[in-house]
Amino acid sequence: MRRDSMSIDDSARLVEEVQDAIARKEPLFIRGASSKAFLGRPVAATREIDTRSHRGIVSYDPSELVITARAGTPLAELNAVLADANQMLPCELPTYGGQATVGGAVASGLAGPRRPWSGSVRDFVLGCRVVTGEGKHLRFGGQVMKNVAGFDVSRVMSGSFGCLGVVTEVSLKVLPKPRASASLVIAMQASDAMEELLAWRRAALPLSGACFIDGALHVRLEGGAGSVRAAVDRIGGDALDVRFWDDLRDQRLAFFHDPRPLWRLSLPNAAPLVELPGAVLLDWAGAQRWLKSDASEADIRAIATAAGGHATRFTPRGDGEPFHPLPAPLMHLHRQLKTRLDPHGIFNPGRMYADY
Amino acid sequence: MTYAYDERVDGPLANHDKASIVRDLQALLPDLQLLHDKEDLRPFECDGLSAYRITPMLVALPGTVDEVRTLLAYASEHRVPVVARGAGTGLSGGALPLEKGILLVMARFNRILEVDAEAGIARVQPGVRNLAISQAAAPHGLYYAPDPSSQIACSIGGNVAENAGGVHCLKYGLTVHNLLKVDVVTIEGERVTLGSEALDSPGFDLLALITGSEGMLGVVVEVTVKLLTKPQSAKVLLASFDDVERAGDAVAQIIAAGVIPGGLEMMDNLAIRAAEDFIHAGYPVDAEALLLCEVDGVESDVHEDCERVEALLRAAGATDIRLAANEAERQRFWAGRKNAFPAVGRISPDYYCMDGTIPRRELSRVLRGIAALSQEFGLRVANVFHAGDGNMHPLILFDANAPGETERAEAIGARILELCVEVGGSITGEHGVGREKINQMCAQFNADELTFFHAVKAAFDPAGLLNPGKNVPTLHRCAEFGAMHVHHGALPFPELERF
Repeated sequence: MRRDSMSIDDSARLVEEVQDAIARKEPLFIRGASSKAFLGRPVAATREIDTRSHRGIVSYDPSELVITARAGTPLAELNAVLADANQMLPCELPTYGGQATVGGAVASGLAGPRRPWSGSVRDFVLGCRVVTGEGKHLRFGGQVMKNVAGFDVSRVMSGSFGCLGVVTEVSLKVLPKPRASASLVIAMQASDAMEELLAWRRAALPLSGACFIDGALHVRLEGGAGSVRAAVDRIGGDALDVRFWDDLRDQRLAFFHDPRPLWRLSLPNAAPLVELPGAVLLDWAGAQRWLKSDASEADIRAIATAAGGHATRFTPRGDGEPFHPLPAPLMHLHRQLKTRLDPHGIFNPGRMYADY
Repeated sequence: MTYAYDERVDGPLANHDKASIVRDLQALLPDLQLLHDKEDLRPFECDGLSAYRITPMLVALPGTVDEVRTLLAYASEHRVPVVARGAGTGLSGGALPLEKGILLVMARFNRILEVDAEAGIARVQPGVRNLAISQAAAPHGLYYAPDPSSQIACSIGGNVAENAGGVHCLKYGLTVHNLLKVDVVTIEGERVTLGSEALDSPGFDLLALITGSEGMLGVVVEVTVKLLTKPQSAKVLLASFDDVERAGDAVAQIIAAGVIPGGLEMMDNLAIRAAEDFIHAGYPVDAEALLLCEVDGVESDVHEDCERVEALLRAAGATDIRLAANEAERQRFWAGRKNAFPAVGRISPDYYCMDGTIPRRELSRVLRGIAALSQEFGLRVANVFHAGDGNMHPLILFDANAPGETERAEAIGARILELCVEVGGSITGEHGVGREKINQMCAQFNADELTFFHAVKAAFDPAGLLNPGKNVPTLHRCAEFGAMHVHHGALPFPELERF
């Protein structure tokens, strides 16, 4: 099937822009489609660098399980190319209406409902090309599954919100789509749902999604035909429209329309069901808890910290911090790394923390 | 002694009076176990790469994290280099000591602190052996997935430092995919927690950065790993081929068909014959190549995948396909592969194990290249290959007592790694750069990329005291090594004069 996708190597312009920004000491706001502009602090930058013109699949060989794409490639395009070969990016990157780019997806490190079973975005990053703080266009990692030469720079780029460089190209590990899939919804209490999920994990049921909302557990099963059929028989419940998972991934379910600020709590696997001050949706079998709440930032952070995790504010607000504060020794390492890799302080200053 | 730290190209190290360091440390840490007599130091002069031997200035065997913190703070203040060591099973000389440095042996940190079956995690000290974690988790039906072949002996702290792999990486990932949290002590003596028991953590992913950093960014003092539920069923197919290329094609077809085997290994004829001679695994000694394909998971899926794989192997031209009839036969099939290294050791006085990775599609080209190099250098090469993830282990057979053979073995090894880089692969998939492949790093990375690595290093250890001379070469070393490779289309290090 032919696709009308553009393939344009615009890296020379990106390199030039970074070099110019270094020369003029003008901090850059790095953007793709701005689909995740709501996340993070306002960037103290005078100029913008847009990656969307640098786009297209650079290489993809399904039998190698690796795809390499330029940063500005729309995720929707990447997903479509993979789907043609019956493959996928297992960590289910949010596409936020289809505009999100590969570069932004990797830079934010956000993953969808399959994450606890599939692994995170950085788990699938094999290599990348980056325009660095010295204005060089460099290559790290590669297109092979195993590569321990030098430091693992490409994985660190994932989730760094553009604070360490402009990612121009990414190689990602991909996997075959599961042969069979089933989605079910079962009415039950949240506490019972958590117990069931534990039992199902022990029984090696092929879970790939587990979300509790509106008095019901929503589960997805993926694997071979036999294991999925057996799990469906064991779990029972009613069939669930598979679009539920896309809506959950992109935070489009009715739950997310609640006008109160949205918080994301990331907690340990077995964290108990603590009382949260607002409306709650449990995803990732309870390891990711969405909270709609007017409670104070301090209160929400205290709850997340006490449970062994952290909280991120997804609704932008002028005051307050989106990301969880770091302990002093860890923040020291972050500042050091930022200073060494972005010595002129030009990449998204202030996007993650006031310090860098 | 080309492997010894060379201050001229690796950078200067401060000179110290050993006696005064010993006195200082004894005063600071009266309970710290310190070795400084020559005989006591000897057992620590090498790791798993035993051809490289350096006697350390002294060896410290701390028993508490506070001792590690105090010792590193002292080393930082007095500019004494420190090389951390786990069980010493590494194959790239990552724990090779320095004559002017302290060897920090973490072996006494050998306690499993917690196995939480409900959360599916284990919290352990860095000296705990890889296999011991799975053994402690076994009563709960759980295990720790990465299984380097040294798993009986290697420690989890070393696994983190090397980002250790194994034969199940394609499906279950490397060490980096199976860690939740690592506590490190920085060169300043600060304890820092990277990651958490949650599935992600705020800030940069320093957990990913520290994994595989070869002890150059911090010293691992505690590790929290993910435990997986043991697969219900595992079946292994053994397929013979009369042509290596056909075996390579079969691998690509299995993966393209949507099967992700738990393990997928290839051996060439020389490796097959050596293994069969040693283990009597029932291998086809006349085959040019064999594939071992293990499918694991839920019983019904395993059955389905096995049938699919068998059909694919047959279509790909396998001359013989056998399904292990029972667990004993499955173990026997694997035993041949897992003992391939010692088996090759039986047919040659010495062997040198390489660790390059390549895109699978380049397999036949690389194997042809290796065969040509083997001819050119007059040394036999046996090939063992983690076919699923593209990680090759060519074993170069040589005799260290024959004049010039060691040098020839090293030379052909270097050429093989450069071939891997040329086809888009890497000089090391799981053994690490260490001291062994320090020069080949100049072939894989250009001067700017190496400079970037040095900047990462400097963020954690500005004075360069943690494991200097490993993993990332100085630009001077690369210029001296004279790696006249064309890298990304340009001659490397044009800005440096050549001498």
